[in-house]
Amino acid sequence: MLEPDTKHSRLHPVDVARIGLAGLRTGRLRAALAVLGITVGIAALVAIVGVSESSKASLVAQLDRLGTDLLTVQPGTNFVDVTQNELPRRAPAMIGWIPPVRHVTQTVSTTAAVRRTDKVPPYETGGITVLGASTDLLGALDARLAHGSWLNSATANYPTVVLGAGAAQTLGINHLEPLVAVWLGQRWFTVIGILRPVAVAPELDQAALIGLPAAHDFLGVDTHPTTIYVRTDPSQTVAVRGVLARTANPANPQDAVVSRPSDALAAEIASKGAYNTLLLALGAIALVVGAVGIANVMVMAIIQRRTEIGLRRALGATRRHIAIQFTAEALILSALGGSAGILAGILTTVGYAHARHWSATIPPTLIPGALAAALTVGLTAGLWPAIRAARLAPTDALRATT
Amino acid sequence: MTPAIELREVHKRYGTEAHVDALKQVSLTIETGELVSIVGPSGSGKTTLLHIMGALLRPTSGTLRIAGRPTSSLSDPELSALRAYELGFVFQNYVLTPGASALENVADGLLYCGVSRRERLRSAHEVLDRVGLVARTTHIPTQLSGGERQRVAIARALVGNPTLVLADEPTGNLDTQTGAAILALLTSLNADGVTMALITHDPDVAAAAPRTIEMRDGRVIADRGTDANTRRA
Ligand SMILES: Nc1ncnc2c1ncn2[C@@H]1O[C@H](COP(=O)(O)OP(=O)(O)OP(=O)(O)O)[C@@H](O)[C@H]1O
Ligand SMILES: [Mg+2]
Repeated sequence: MLEPDTKHSRLHPVDVARIGLAGLRTGRLRAALAVLGITVGIAALVAIVGVSESSKASLVAQLDRLGTDLLTVQPGTNFVDVTQNELPRRAPAMIGWIPPVRHVTQTVSTTAAVRRTDKVPPYETGGITVLGASTDLLGALDARLAHGSWLNSATANYPTVVLGAGAAQTLGINHLEPLVAVWLGQRWFTVIGILRPVAVAPELDQAALIGLPAAHDFLGVDTHPTTIYVRTDPSQTVAVRGVLARTANPANPQDAVVSRPSDALAAEIASKGAYNTLLLALGAIALVVGAVGIANVMVMAIIQRRTEIGLRRALGATRRHIAIQFTAEALILSALGGSAGILAGILTTVGYAHARHWSATIPPTLIPGALAAALTVGLTAGLWPAIRAARLAPTDALRATT
Repeated sequence: MTPAIELREVHKRYGTEAHVDALKQVSLTIETGELVSIVGPSGSGKTTLLHIMGALLRPTSGTLRIAGRPTSSLSDPELSALRAYELGFVFQNYVLTPGASALENVADGLLYCGVSRRERLRSAHEVLDRVGLVARTTHIPTQLSGGERQRVAIARALVGNPTLVLADEPTGNLDTQTGAAILALLTSLNADGVTMALITHDPDVAAAAPRTIEMRDGRVIADRGTDANTRRA
């Protein structure tokens, strides 16, 4: 009649989940507290990665907008012979001969100060520099105007000025109507335009820009270029960079400083790969606390549910079935905690990105990754108690309660 | 034919220091298809004997054979399969799952038999009908009377169509009429070939069994009934 070889105790996976959930329902509050640690830990991890990725994505988008094809040439800092530093007047024209160069434009520095009125003492410059600028500067840099218009071949000759975004703010100018004038050098200049921030040339934000002829006529500056902006064929930027110093200052190429403004942004993007270590550590600690919580719930459950374990053994559960059941409970707990944490982390990311005017970016692997982390914690915490439950002798508890 | 259950010199000692010898060198054989009642005063070791027969408890010494095979040679999966498919237990204290309905409790008797949930619930409903509880299927144990709980426990033991039923006072909480009905159910199953060992304090139940084993102080002091099995411990 009894043929132990031919049959095996079986427990369907659906039933594993069913009895696991039923087991958790009995200790609901403690279970909720136990998963809090996992929730916090996963939320922290998701938020850290989400926020970092969002900020990185916004920088990449910015970089795309600016383009990586912009190079600048500036005079060096040879203090022994200052004249050596000066870029030749012909430098922009020379650079323009390099075939992949698409735009060349320049600014020229002056020592003039700009003030709201002539009553303000000249040393209160507010950190604003006055620069002479080519009329093609705006187009070469893809800069945008917030108000008014840019210098043209006519206004470049007159005492007219275009203010950088920061400079306008410092001077307290936010409109052009009625006509606004600023005291620049020794005369009034009419403000004809205000720039938006120029991400690729942040030095322009704190500048007051006047035409090159005006700089010469009214301020008496000689017109050695201070910054030459070069737009290249995007695929040839590196090649152009290699010859730029020699072309700009053939006599002293070592004294021409060539740089690529997008490099700073690219470096910032690269640094975003390194997530905030402190927060990551806190998330990890929360996960450990969560693991201890789950292990605690499981150990308590096993002590309280010895009768149930004995009954299941009498009904035909193998040790494995008991171990699977309690492991499943731990996994369900951690999956619930992890899901709540993922939700909280995503909400945090979206909220933070919204506040920063970024578009929230959640890498596609983040959610399964976070869930896997939560489940790993649950498995680690639940396995040992589950094995202990499986080793319990079936009968002890069966006679205990009524 | 191989006996259903065979105990040889089985000794069971609980505890180590202040120990209790609940079974003392018990040897007995239950043939396939027998209906055996086990009687004796409280504390005489009846429940211990039943748990040993179901391999829920390991003897301290001696051997237990189920269907001719010594349980010490059976692996945990093999023993579990025996309990799942061949054995039906009715515990003295019922051991029902608190929050689950009568139907769910009975269906759990098939949980480890690879039967679909729908099929489990269907079978459970059928057996609840046979023990006269079809009107109580949705009640949870705290909403059931003691006798009703006992019948749920019996139904759970029977739902898997076991070949060996080990029942600890299955009619202890039932009135005469219900007790008689349950006894009739059990004897009819026995008539269909199910081997049964019933612990009882009820003379009617003991009388209904062709064979009665009497325990006292951990020993079998009398084994009356079928001649072939009559022996003294
Ligand atoms: N886990 C245990 N630890 C120590 N002693 C135990 C344990 N279980 C049972 N005993 C003792 O073993 C003896 C036999 O117990 P058992 O439950 O088998 O008796 P019983 O014949 O079923 O009694 P009853 O008719 O009251 O149910 C009793 O003296 C009891 O106190
Ligand atoms: Mg007993």
